[in-house]
Amino acid sequence: MSEDVNNYDHLIIQGAKYKTTLTKKYKARKAWKLPNQNLIYSFIPGTVVEVLVKPGQKVKQGEPLMVLEAMKMHNNVLMPFDGEVVKINVEPNDKVSKRQVMLEVRAK
Amino acid sequence: MSLKSNILELRKRKEEVQKGGGDEAIEKQAQMGKLTARERILAILDENSFHEYDLFVEHTARDFGMETKVLHGDGVIIGTGTIYNKPVCIFAQDFTVAGGSLGLMHAQKITKIMDHSLKMRVPLIGINDSGGARIQEGVSSLAGYGEIFFRNTLASGVIPQISVILGPCAGGAVYSPALTDFVFVVENISKMFITGPGVIKSVLGEDISMEELGGARVHAEITGNAHFYAQTEQECFDQIKKLITYIPWNNEERSLPFPSKPPKKSKKVERIVPADPRIPYDMRDIIKAITDGSEFFEIMEHFAPNILIGFGRMEGETVGFVANQPMVLAGVLDTDSSDKAARFIRYCDAFNIPIVTLEDLPGYLPGVDQEHAGVIRHGAKILYAYSEATAPKITVILRKAYGGGYIAMNSRHLRADFVFAWPAAEIAVMGPEGAANIVFRKEIMEAEDPESMRLQKIQEYKEKFANPYVAAAKGYIDEVIEPEETRQRILHALKVSKNKNVSMPRKKHGIPPF
Repeated sequence: MSEDVNNYDHLIIQGAKYKTTLTKKYKARKAWKLPNQNLIYSFIPGTVVEVLVKPGQKVKQGEPLMVLEAMKMHNNVLMPFDGEVVKINVEPNDKVSKRQVMLEVRAK
Repeated sequence: MSLKSNILELRKRKEEVQKGGGDEAIEKQAQMGKLTARERILAILDENSFHEYDLFVEHTARDFGMETKVLHGDGVIIGTGTIYNKPVCIFAQDFTVAGGSLGLMHAQKITKIMDHSLKMRVPLIGINDSGGARIQEGVSSLAGYGEIFFRNTLASGVIPQISVILGPCAGGAVYSPALTDFVFVVENISKMFITGPGVIKSVLGEDISMEELGGARVHAEITGNAHFYAQTEQECFDQIKKLITYIPWNNEERSLPFPSKPPKKSKKVERIVPADPRIPYDMRDIIKAITDGSEFFEIMEHFAPNILIGFGRMEGETVGFVANQPMVLAGVLDTDSSDKAARFIRYCDAFNIPIVTLEDLPGYLPGVDQEHAGVIRHGAKILYAYSEATAPKITVILRKAYGGGYIAMNSRHLRADFVFAWPAAEIAVMGPEGAANIVFRKEIMEAEDPESMRLQKIQEYKEKFANPYVAAAKGYIDEVIEPEETRQRILHALKVSKNKNVSMPRKKHGIPPF
């Protein structure tokens, strides 16, 4: 819902500054950040079934790092590029939420 | 021999079944702050006009102990009646009977009245208050939903379909309302979601209440699934009855004509709109300054409020208004406002309601979130909807019409029938600030005082291009009008458009950017 009429804000469109109200939805939008390729996030909440790698281990692109069970499915979490495992933040039976950093890796 | 005993038997049977789930369940319904299905129907329809069918339908389930259960009317009431003495078809799910759960016969009753409404070309009103599929009936329940969705789709654009959410409406059940034209919700009563809080908690670990997940406010404000939001059931029924006065009964009829009334507003339209295009005003005041009796029946008031949609009357005839709202987000187009406007344009066109577009927008909302949310395909819906619409299309440009926004808001190029512009209108490829920065980049950069040069160049651009006359010289605008002439011009344009007849290329159907 639009904010109080007396509570005007500003919005800049193509160099012009407009006096206007902002919506809750607009204010709640998240700023975009460059994703860190070295962090392996959970793409869906679930339960860790198995971690297949150890810190320091060299892994090739496409090889499985761990298995995450979510929505009754065992999902393989794959290595995004050739490199090595830096840190493991989860262990079997851990429940993870969405966008939680499960593993940290780095390119060779 | 007399029929008396048979008649008494009928009365007894009726009385028994009309009680639905019985006194205890009705009491529970009241405790939840809800009316019963029958009370709702009677509140919406004209007095004594309701005629019920399939009262004695019984469910056919034979598993899980269902064979011994009696479910009166199988949890749904169907029938016909009148609103303002015009016929409508109606159904209401009865939560007091097995939680209004949908089984085979329940669905069959609904589809029967749906078939009826389509055949008779009268509006369909569906009141949803149901726990969802009747699990004991298994795949028959799913079949029931599917048959309903199919009919919603067939009837779409032929008869008005109105969904009233007065209780839970969860899982697959939500898709019938989603396929209909107008969805009504009531605070604290309506709950709509695909997956409920319980499942979300167990699977995702996210803790959320039903109200926060899919309550009335959420759908009116955030999701855009609801078109009308009310505090009470009675307010909701009043909204339905008001809407009904504006819309045609089917796609071959015109809406009911009303006596013409002048606008009430004594305020001059030119005093409502500030000359500086960066200063806001409430576009509703403009609409109210030109409609009969200054009435504007707004739709989706709380969703994407940077664009306004709704009905008003001009000399007694219903007109659909689409208008940028400078008061919110400067009136920009974005994903949500594009969806909102495009669907309304298609509604108006399907029922041959003339569309009046009031334009004052700086362009599209910039941002990564917008681009990644698909503002390209969402924005394209407006272009598609306007281009495809063959109902009379009239545009008035009040102040700003820049760039893509100018094209999208029912420009001549999308086959507007009439385009008027106020004398302060700025019709240009972009706003003076943006344009000056690009066109005079070098001069500004190399100037001794770049800032004053920039202002000078903005002014220069403004004088040369930020006016209606460049577009008028090319015939993109039919007429530059004085603000006070707006109502009269629209009225005349509507009069001239009355027998508008254009044909489109033959096709099965287009492929809009859904």
